[in-house]
Amino acid sequence: MSLPRLLRGVEPGRMSYDDHRRVHGELTLAAHGRGHGAASALVAELKRSGLRGRGGGAFPLAAKLEAVRRSRRAPVVVVNATEGEPMSFKDRTLVQALPHLVIDGAICCAAALATDTIVFALDESSGETAAALATALHERPEFAGRLTAPEIVRVPGGYVTGHETSVVNFLNTGTALPTRARPRISERGYNRRPTLMSNAETLAHAALIVRHGSDWFRELGSDDEPGSVLVTLSGAVRCPGVYEVEHGAQLATLIDAAEGQSAPLRAFLFGGYAGGWVDAADATRARLSEAGLRPLSASFGAGVVVALPSSACPVAEVSRVADWMAGESAGQCGPCVNGLAAIADTLAWICDGRPGRDAESELRRFCALVTGRGACAHPDGAARFVSSALAVFAAEIEDHARHGPCDACDRRAVLSTPEHRSPVP
Amino acid sequence: MSVGPSVYWYLTRASGAVALVLLTVTLVLGIAAIGRLSAPGVPRFVIDGVHRTASLLAVAFLLVHIVTAVADSFAPISLLDAVIPFVGTYRPLWLGLGAVGFDLMVAVVFTSLVRRRLGHGAWRAVHWLAYACWPVALLHGLGTGSDVRQTWMLAIDVGCIVAVLASIVARALMGWPDNARVRIGALGAAGAFALGLVAWLPGGPLGSHWAQRAGTPPALLGHASAHGGHA
Amino acid sequence: MSVRIEIDMISCEAHGLCAELLPERITLDDWGYPVIDGAPVPRALEDLARRAADVCPTLALRLRRANNDS
Repeated sequence: MSLPRLLRGVEPGRMSYDDHRRVHGELTLAAHGRGHGAASALVAELKRSGLRGRGGGAFPLAAKLEAVRRSRRAPVVVVNATEGEPMSFKDRTLVQALPHLVIDGAICCAAALATDTIVFALDESSGETAAALATALHERPEFAGRLTAPEIVRVPGGYVTGHETSVVNFLNTGTALPTRARPRISERGYNRRPTLMSNAETLAHAALIVRHGSDWFRELGSDDEPGSVLVTLSGAVRCPGVYEVEHGAQLATLIDAAEGQSAPLRAFLFGGYAGGWVDAADATRARLSEAGLRPLSASFGAGVVVALPSSACPVAEVSRVADWMAGESAGQCGPCVNGLAAIADTLAWICDGRPGRDAESELRRFCALVTGRGACAHPDGAARFVSSALAVFAAEIEDHARHGPCDACDRRAVLSTPEHRSPVP
Repeated sequence: MSVGPSVYWYLTRASGAVALVLLTVTLVLGIAAIGRLSAPGVPRFVIDGVHRTASLLAVAFLLVHIVTAVADSFAPISLLDAVIPFVGTYRPLWLGLGAVGFDLMVAVVFTSLVRRRLGHGAWRAVHWLAYACWPVALLHGLGTGSDVRQTWMLAIDVGCIVAVLASIVARALMGWPDNARVRIGALGAAGAFALGLVAWLPGGPLGSHWAQRAGTPPALLGHASAHGGHA
Repeated sequence: MSVRIEIDMISCEAHGLCAELLPERITLDDWGYPVIDGAPVPRALEDLARRAADVCPTLALRLRRANNDS
C-alpha cells in the first residue's frame, strides 16, 4: 500500500466511524491477544516499525512506551494535539477530519500500557476540533457506557504551552508553562502517574502499524526514517495545505503535489519557528526528513514547510517572528526572557537600519548565549531560526543595516504571528 | 534571704544581650542579602556566610542564656518555661515571649540546616518566621530584662532597633520587596513598631514598679535591691 | 567519579553567589545569570562547587554525579 496512508479516504468534514472501518479495516487488538504478552507484542511491533514522534522531538514511540511501562503506578495516555506552531495545521486536521485514526492510536497505546485513562489535549481555541473529536468518541463502542471515557482538555494556546511538561503542568495545576525536565513525565506526570504523551500524528501512524504491520510501514521511507509523514505547506505555492508524503521525499514532490510555486521563491523555512531557513536554490537538494535537512542546517521538526516568495522582505519577517517568539517565552528563565528580547531588539535595530551597533555580531553572540540555557528548548529554537536567517539572508540584512526599511517591509505577512495568550485560561 | 547575685544570673543577662545583638546582625545581613547588597571587597557569599555563622552563634548564646536562667535559683524558671510559652510563674507573658522566640529560632535554624532535603519552597516559608523572631526577642528582653534601665543595655537595645529599622527602610526605599503592597506593609509595620515602642517604654519597663506589673512573683519583689538591677 | 554542575534556570534568580565562589567554572551573562560549560568539575574545585550549591539562595545550583559516558 502506498500513499495516501493516513489521508486515505479523507473528505471535507469528519470521517465517521463506519467510513473509518471501511477505509482502514477493523482495529484488531484482539489479534494481538490480551494481557501482558499481548502488550509486549504491541510494543515490539511498534519498535520494529521504527516509528518516531511527529511532534518535533522525533523520539521513538516504542522507547516512550517502554519507559512508562517501567513504572509501577497506573499510567496515563495523553494525546498531544495542541499544535502551538503557528504555521502547522496537520494535527488539528487529523483530529478534525480523521479523529478515529488518532483514537485508534490512543487505544493501542492504552492497551500496551494496560490502562484505560486517555486524555486528549487540544488548543483551547479549537472549538470545531473539540466538537468533532467529542462526536467521534461517542461513536466508539469501546467507550460506550464505560466510566472512564477519554477526557478532552482544552489547553491555553501558545508556543510553549504544547511542550510535554507544559501540558502535564496544565493538567495538574491549571498553568500551561514548562517545568523542569526531571522527574520525566514518563515517571511522574499527570496526577503523579507515569504519562505517555504522544503527538496526534504519531498515534495515527501507530493505528495503521497495528493493522498492517511494521513491514508494511517500512515499505516507504528509509531504514532510519521509515513510513510517511504529514507536512503543512504554506507560503507562495498554488495549493497550500496539509500533505502526506514519503518520509524523506524530495521537496520537489511536495511542491508538485501543491501544483507548484505561485511566485518566484527566495527561501524555504523548514521545521517552523524553531527550525531553519534554506536558500531556494539549495532547497532543491532538500529531502523531507531530519537526515534530509541536516546537511542544509535545517530540521524537519513537526513537518512545517513555508515557501517564502522573493516579494517578501525576509528581514521584516524574521524580525517580526523573533519578536513574537520573545513574547511567547514562558518568562521563567532569565537567559530566555532577556536573551530573546535582546535578539528581537537587535533585529529590529537592523531592520530599521539604525547605526551605531555591530548588530550582526551581537546577534550571533546572543544566539549562542541563549542556546541550552533555558529549562525548555524554546530559546534554542528561536536562536536556531535567527542564526539560519543570518546565514541565508546575509545580503538583505546588509542592505537593511545600510539603508533601513525596504519597500517590501510593509507587505502582508507570510509568517503568521497570532496574538499572545495567557498560560492560564 | 539572699547571698548576692549568682554567677548564673549575670551569665543569663549577658548571654541574652549578646544573643540579641547576634540576632540583630543576622537579621540585618539577611535583609542585605535578599536585597542583593554588595560592597566592594565583600563578596555576597561572605555576607551569606556571616549571616549563617551569626545565627548559629545566636543559638549558642541563646542556649547558654536558657541554661543559666534555669540554673539560677532566684527566679523560678524551669526548662519547660524556656520552650513552652506563657506557662511559667515568673513574668509569664514576657518570659513566654522568650520561649516563642526560641521556638521560632529553632524552626528557622533547623530548616536551614536541612534546606537541601526540605526544598526551597518549604524552607523559605519557614524562614519568613525570622521576621517574627527579632521583635519577639527584643520585647522579651525589654519585659524580662533586669538591666533594661542600665545605660549600656539601653544603648544596645537602641542600637539593635535602629539597625533593623534602618535596614528595612533602606531596602524598601531601594525597591525591595518587589510587591509594592508588601513594601508599604513592611514600612508601615516598622514604623508602627517604632512608634509603639516609643509610646510604651516610658510607662512600661522604664516606668515605676515594672517588676511588679510584669508579673514577678510577689515573694521575689522584696529581694529586688539585693539582686541589683531589678526594676 | 566526578561531579557536574547543573543549574535549574526556573529557580535561578541571578543572585550570582555561585560565580563569586567558582569563577573558574561559572561566569555571569549580560543579565547576571550563570553560564556553565557542562564539563565535569576537577577534583581540586569540587569543594568549592559544593559550597556553591550550598550557598545558592534558591537551591538552583545542584551537583550531579557524572558518569564518564553521559
